[in-house]
Parts: sequence; structure tokens; C-alpha cells
Amino acid sequence: MSSIMELRDVTRCFDSNTVLDHVSIKVEQGSFTALLGASGCGKSTSLRIMAGLDRPTSGEVLLNGRDVRGQNAYERNVAMVFQSYALYPHLTVAQNIALPLTMRHLSNLGRMPLLGSFVPGATEARRTIMNKVVDAAKSLGLEELLDRKPGSLSGGQKQRVALGRALVRDPALFLLDEPLSNLDARLRIRMRSEISSLHRLTGKAFVYVTHDQTEAMAMADQIVVMIGGQVAQAGSPRDLYERPVHRDVAAFIGHNAINFLEPGDGINVGDSIVGLRPEDLTPNTAGSLSAKLEASEYLGSEIMLSLRSRRGTEFRAIAPGDYIVPTIGSDIRLAYEPQRVHLFDAVTGKRKSGVKHEAVT
Amino acid sequence: MKPTFISRIISSSFLVAGAAVILLPFVWMLSLAFKPRDEIFSTSIQLLPSRLEWSNFIFALTETNIPLFLWNGTVVVLGILVFQVMFAVPCAYALTQRRFLARKLIFGLVMIALMVPFHVTAIPIFLGFAQVGILNTYWALILPFIPTAFGIFLFRQFFAQLPSDLFDAARVDGLSETAIVWRIAFPLALPAATAFAIFSVTTHWNDLFWPMIATTDPNLATPPRGILYFRDEESGDNVGPLMAAAFIVTAPLVILFLMAQRKFIQGLASGGIKG
Ligand SMILES: Nc1ncnc2c1ncn2[C@@H]1O[C@H](COP(=O)(O)OP(=O)(O)OP(=O)(O)O)[C@@H](O)[C@H]1O
Ligand SMILES: [Mg+2]
Repeated sequence: MSSIMELRDVTRCFDSNTVLDHVSIKVEQGSFTALLGASGCGKSTSLRIMAGLDRPTSGEVLLNGRDVRGQNAYERNVAMVFQSYALYPHLTVAQNIALPLTMRHLSNLGRMPLLGSFVPGATEARRTIMNKVVDAAKSLGLEELLDRKPGSLSGGQKQRVALGRALVRDPALFLLDEPLSNLDARLRIRMRSEISSLHRLTGKAFVYVTHDQTEAMAMADQIVVMIGGQVAQAGSPRDLYERPVHRDVAAFIGHNAINFLEPGDGINVGDSIVGLRPEDLTPNTAGSLSAKLEASEYLGSEIMLSLRSRRGTEFRAIAPGDYIVPTIGSDIRLAYEPQRVHLFDAVTGKRKSGVKHEAVT
Repeated sequence: MKPTFISRIISSSFLVAGAAVILLPFVWMLSLAFKPRDEIFSTSIQLLPSRLEWSNFIFALTETNIPLFLWNGTVVVLGILVFQVMFAVPCAYALTQRRFLARKLIFGLVMIALMVPFHVTAIPIFLGFAQVGILNTYWALILPFIPTAFGIFLFRQFFAQLPSDLFDAARVDGLSETAIVWRIAFPLALPAATAFAIFSVTTHWNDLFWPMIATTDPNLATPPRGILYFRDEESGDNVGPLMAAAFIVTAPLVILFLMAQRKFIQGLASGGIKG
């Protein structure tokens, strides 16, 4: 596999404010890459640099292995779906979807409303464009809406139109900037699978910006975690979940927020910070960790336990749904598998590798 | 708070009184335009003419140069408007959506230009035009008004509210900056453009100051200038045709305004810029 898009050591400064700091991202041909990070960490800026809407202060942007610093978005032939959809309010849905094609396939004269029909080939071009628009609309379930203006569409429909506009023109690369962030939870899950199937259908590389780790985990085959304008870690969802290289990455990934236990909380490995996910920590009378039970939440299939260690650190564990919760305030014992323990340096927060499991006491 | 019946009556009567004061000269003009000659100078004040006298209009339209003045006015006003929009819209777009050196400075200059009355620059422009030798042409009437600080300012304020994502999307879709201006920004700015057009057309249709300075040729007279000629030639007593002429000159503006007003409100209602 070769990489279709690559940012190499890209730095972007706005005046004195460094928004991207030596960012390197590789997007493989046909892959689904998620850029994951908190608000303001530079995800959109990275995407805009990939699209050619913004220039890096330093560093290289490679498309298909070629430096594309001098090319604009159109020449790079990328499609982008914006955080705010950015549909043209004065054009109908059909015209919105057709615009990229009109710009590509009709000459200046051919685009004129009336004169255009006299330009040789223009009528034919118009027909093929209309066919493509209808095809794209069909695949997104938009046929009924083609004559409506964006102002009269719901959020989900606008989202689809924005996808349709990206889809019609067979781009080299799809860039999506938090396309689902304005939708309600149920619709978000449905659109998630729709986007995944679009990815399979087109076979093109997708770069997908999100601040929602669930989305990233569910859809991507590569996740790039960005923290404060730097790439903290890039890898498969499993990599990130199982071997986070930094405690901040560990804190970001996973449905349940990971617990961080300090020396004295019950698991001592030198002066390391111990990261242990709630789902890896279960009540067990033979367990080696003891803590005071502070609260429990019954979630049906499982029970979330809020605990407090001897030193006073709060942490959480998950018990199976049939677990009989002891009285609040009592001490319980918890067990974990040693290979599930993540160790982080207390000062730098970096993952400590090569620590033998036996060392966990 | 819901306005009570009484407060509505009070505010309405204030509005009616204000409207009456402003409209009275127009009503009087209309009344004179339709009055036969002998009724115009009667000692009693009569608002309604005893019969409708069309001869005033026929006289104004056939015996005078009023049609020519109307034509001149149309050419000048449309020329000014077209060129104003042609330059102000791209300028405003650049000032909001492009980053370039001295952008703030240039906008500052526009703001300053907004505060300089035209009369200050009239004499230098007159001297310049005299040098170039274009006094007494349509261009002399059109050129000075093409760079419009007000237009740039108005469109700039409008474009500044549009999300920049919209223009980025257009760039991704392959529109050049010029195409973005005319295919995306301008159609969205139609409400602002209508307001600007009303303002520009009224100002320049009614302008007497500059045509008096820049032209001496009666064949180039715009309507207000033309009415002056008309008065000079016909001396004071032919008021009926004069009022008919004034009515003919005012009517296009009123009609235009009423039409544009509907369009203006439509534009605002169906805007849907958000989302
Ligand atoms: N044109 C600009 N001028 C100055 N600063 C900017 C500009 N664009 C972005 N920034 C700054 O760069 C930082 C990163 O912005 P960016 O839009 O990339 O964040 P993001 O990760 O996409 O956040 P979000 O999830 O909220 O969209 C922010 O602190 C922002 O203020
Ligand atoms: Mg963003």
C-alpha cells in the first residue's frame, strides 16, 4: 500500500500562536483515517492543509507522493464535507450537488443560463451531470428533495446533501470535518454506518475528523490522536486501546474513562502511574486490590461501581449485571489481569514499556 | 409587552400626521398637475381639481424635452449602479474573505472615504475632468460615483456575516475567486444589493449638484437639471405642465421603490443564510 496523502513535519502558526507543531500524518490508499482530539487541538487546521485551503508555515504536503504545496483544493481534486455543511443557501439541492460538476465539465460560456444551450456539447454535458446528480441523490435517499432549498431541510438531510456534493465528482480523497457533530444521537449512529458503507463503496481514502472517540473507534482503521497541536499517537483502534503511548491518549480512548492510580493506591510499581480500565477491574473476593464502595449505577447488562482507594483516589470498576452490590461504604476486593495494566511515567506521562508483569504487586 | 389599543391609536396618529406633512407637497404637485390653468392661480385653496386636465401632461411630454431628460436619467443612474456593483461587490468580498497585506488599512481608508462629503471632492474632480476633456459627456456624470465607499461598506458588512466555510466549500468545488463573488456571494447579498440599489438610484436620479457642475449641454440634462431648464424657458406662469413634468420625473422612483420594497422583504424572508 502506498500513501495517498501525507503531511510531513507540518507546522502551522497563526501569528505567534503555533497551532500545528511538527505534525506528520500518513493516510494510506483506501484507508479510513480518523483525526481524533479535543476541541481546538488543530484537527480542522490539519484537514484544511490537506485540502489546500490553508498553507503550512513549514513542512511538506504530499499527494500520491508528489509535493502539492503549490496546488489549490480544486487541483488536488479532494472532496470536503464541512463541519457546518456549508451548503449554498440560494441553490436547490440538485444545484448544490451539481455545482462541482458544472465547474468541471462546462466552459464559462456553457454555464450561462440561456446562452449555454447554444454551446456545442453543453446540452449533452448538462444531461450527464444531471444523471450523476440523480445517481448520487438516489444512493443517499435524496430524490424527493432535489428541488428544495437547503433552508427547508433538516440537519440530517443537509448532511446527506453535503455528502452528495462530495460524492458526485469522484475525488482522490474525501475529507470530512466532524460531519455528524450537529446530529442527534440516534441519527448519528445511522449516518455512521452510512458513511462506512460509502467508504467501502467508493474504495477511496477517507480522512475523518472527530472529537468523539466512539466514532473513531467504530469507523476508522487508523486513528491519529492529536493533543495540543501535536500527534500524540497514530495506529489502529486496537493499538490505541491496548498500548496507549501516553497517559493522555489512554484518557482519550475507551468508552469508559480509564482509571489512573498513583503509588499507594493499592497497585505499586515503582513510582509509575498505573492505568487500569474500569472494564478490566471486577469485584472478586480473591482480588488483590481493596477499595471502599461509594456508589453503584445499574446499567442493565453491567453495574458501574464508584470506588475510593485507601489514599482517597476515586476510580471506577464494572461488575457483571448479576453482581449483588454490597452495602455502600463497605470495603470490597477487586481483581484484574496483570497484562491489562498500563504503566505511565509519573513525570512525563509516557508509557513505560518492558515492565515485567511480575513487578505488579 | 402588547401595545394597548390607546397607545396604538396615539402612535398611529403621530405616524399619520408625519406622513401628511411629508406627503403634502407631493399631493399639491399632483393636484396642480391635473388642474386646468385658470384654477391654478385662483385665490381659494382647492385640493381637488374640478376636472382632470390631461393637457398638462401632453404638453410636458410632447412640447418639452422631458422624455430626453428621463432617458438621460435612466442611462446615468443605471450606468452608475452597474459599475458601482461591479466594483463594490468584489472589493467587499476581498475585504472580508481574503487575507492580504494592509487589508485593515484599506478598510480604514474606505471608512474615511465614507465620511468625506462628495462636495469636497467635486472641484478637484471637475478640474481633472476638464483636463481630460470629458466634461459634458455621460461619463462625466457616471465616473465620479463609481468608487462607492458606502457600497463597499454595506456589502462588506453583509459578507462578514457569511460563514467562511461557504467560500471554502466553493473553492473545493472548483470555483475561482471571481466565480465565487458572482455565483455565491452576490446572489446571497441580493437583499443588501436591493437596499443599495434603492439608495443609489434615488440619490443619483435626484442629484442636481453634480450635473449642474459637470454638464452645460441641455441634451445631457438629467431630470432635475432638465426641470430647471424647463422653468427658465417657460418662465414662471406655466405651472401646470411644470408640475406634470415633476410628477413624471418622480413617478419612476416611487414605482421602483414600491417594487423593490416587495423584493427586499422577499429577500429577507427567504434568506435562510443560517444552517
Ligand atoms: N484563521 C485563524 N486565525 C487564528 N487562529 C486560528 C485560525 N484558525 C484556527 N485558529 C486556531 O487554531 C486552533 C486550532 O483550530 P482548529 O479549528 O484546527 O481546531 P479543531 O481541532 O478543529 O477544533 P474543533 O473541534 O473545535 O473544531 C484554535 O486554537 C484556533 O483558535
Ligand atoms: Mg474543527
